[in-house]
Amino acid sequence: MTSRGCGTEHCCQQNPNPVIKEKTELNVEDKCISEDKSSQGEPLTDVFNNKIVFDLIRNIVDPEHPLTLEDLKVVQEDLVDVSDENNYVKICFSPTIPYCSMATLIGLSIRVQLLRSLPPRFKVTVEVTPGTHTAESAINKQLADKERVAAALENTHLISVINECIPARSKG
Amino acid sequence: MPDIITGEMSGSEFKLEAIQTLNQHTGRVWHVSWHPEGKMFASCGEDRAIRLWSMESKNQWVNKVVLTEGHKRTIRQVTWSPCGNFLASASFDGTTCIWDKKSGQFECNATLEGHENEVKSVSWAPNGKLLATCSRDKSVWIWELVDDEEYDCAAVLNAHSQDVKKVAWHPNSELLASCSYDNTVKLFQDDPREGDWTCQTSLEGHLSTVWSIQFDSTGERLASCSDDLTVKIWKQQEHEWKCAHTIEGFHNRTIYDLSWNSDGYLATACGDDGLRIFKEEACIETGSISYKLVAENRQAHTQDLNSVAWNPIDPQLLVTCSDDGELKVWHFK
Repeated sequence: MTSRGCGTEHCCQQNPNPVIKEKTELNVEDKCISEDKSSQGEPLTDVFNNKIVFDLIRNIVDPEHPLTLEDLKVVQEDLVDVSDENNYVKICFSPTIPYCSMATLIGLSIRVQLLRSLPPRFKVTVEVTPGTHTAESAINKQLADKERVAAALENTHLISVINECIPARSKG
Repeated sequence: MPDIITGEMSGSEFKLEAIQTLNQHTGRVWHVSWHPEGKMFASCGEDRAIRLWSMESKNQWVNKVVLTEGHKRTIRQVTWSPCGNFLASASFDGTTCIWDKKSGQFECNATLEGHENEVKSVSWAPNGKLLATCSRDKSVWIWELVDDEEYDCAAVLNAHSQDVKKVAWHPNSELLASCSYDNTVKLFQDDPREGDWTCQTSLEGHLSTVWSIQFDSTGERLASCSDDLTVKIWKQQEHEWKCAHTIEGFHNRTIYDLSWNSDGYLATACGDDGLRIFKEEACIETGSISYKLVAENRQAHTQDLNSVAWNPIDPQLLVTCSDDGELKVWHFK
């Protein structure tokens, strides 16, 4: 796990002591369910709710820590908004520190994971939770620009960094 | 939401009907462009291929040619030259290719290099002697045809502060428009006093990225569409381009492209999967203009529409393309 990172200075642990979420019994149960689903290659259901979508992103690993976005409370189930009938998914993520330079990469990892695992009918919005980052609007604008996202995903170096953040068991 | 399935508007005198679906591309289709004679169109996308579609019989379009030997990455836009003998393609690989058919089949005979990264758009001036390109590197380049297959860079314009999304020429003068992630539209002209291309004006008013722009066939109007969910119509008033109307309240996600036909109907391609057609209405008393939605299909494709283009000869025919990998040919009357 020590080799993970993009090779730039940003990766050198800006926040060495992040707050880590205490796992509850419920989470452990959820994890079992999500692993069962993943072993099928894709979620068992065609109807998506915020719990199922949260399961798709909770195990993404932070580029700076050997911890998941759920562990770091970067993503939370109640900040996942899903309306299956309107094909709508909105994720708010909260960087661990308000000047985190990895925020765009984290957002991109969430976007890529959902691109790979949700049916294409969904319109996905990934944004920084209001008030959690100093460059909130700039990050949101970049993540919303599908042309920039598409170009970034053709960058083999960047995609390999993102692939390291997305654990194999939750890959679509 | 009324009548989402058919997308037809009750009581509307206009009808918008899909007459053919074409699904030979793999992955997102970014752009469609009609040949000036209207008997052929080109499309391009994520699969790095340019496809040429010809009319075989009435309402039957067939993919006759596939060009794959030009670009190493996504092809973002293709555009026919005004004479119809050349096709330009802009790619995320940072280059623009000029294709011609001199050898009997389409080949890339010139490659324009200079942008630092993704080229997003390419446009031919009406005289066919000038080309404009733009890029994520924030610059707009003007290229001049100096010899049969030689293009020289005539100007590098650094007026935008961000990613430039599209370039479009005025239909009958050497006026170039560009639009950007910096939320502005800028107009450029070759200034004889300066002896160089300069930014004449910056049109401000959009609240987010401006994705596309197009002059209408008269050159009197410029339409721009944006991530702010609006379309703005700019008109020249006393030598200054001003926003004459904002079309708002119809689009639910980013508007990626628009196209005018020769009768003044304006079509929009939206990220909410919808295709919409608007028509200008003038208020005689006040002299102001407004735009009426005359036809709509809210499920024109199953994913975002990226481009829309009216046939230059037949004002009832248009083509759209989408993230769903498909192109659709539509009949509007």
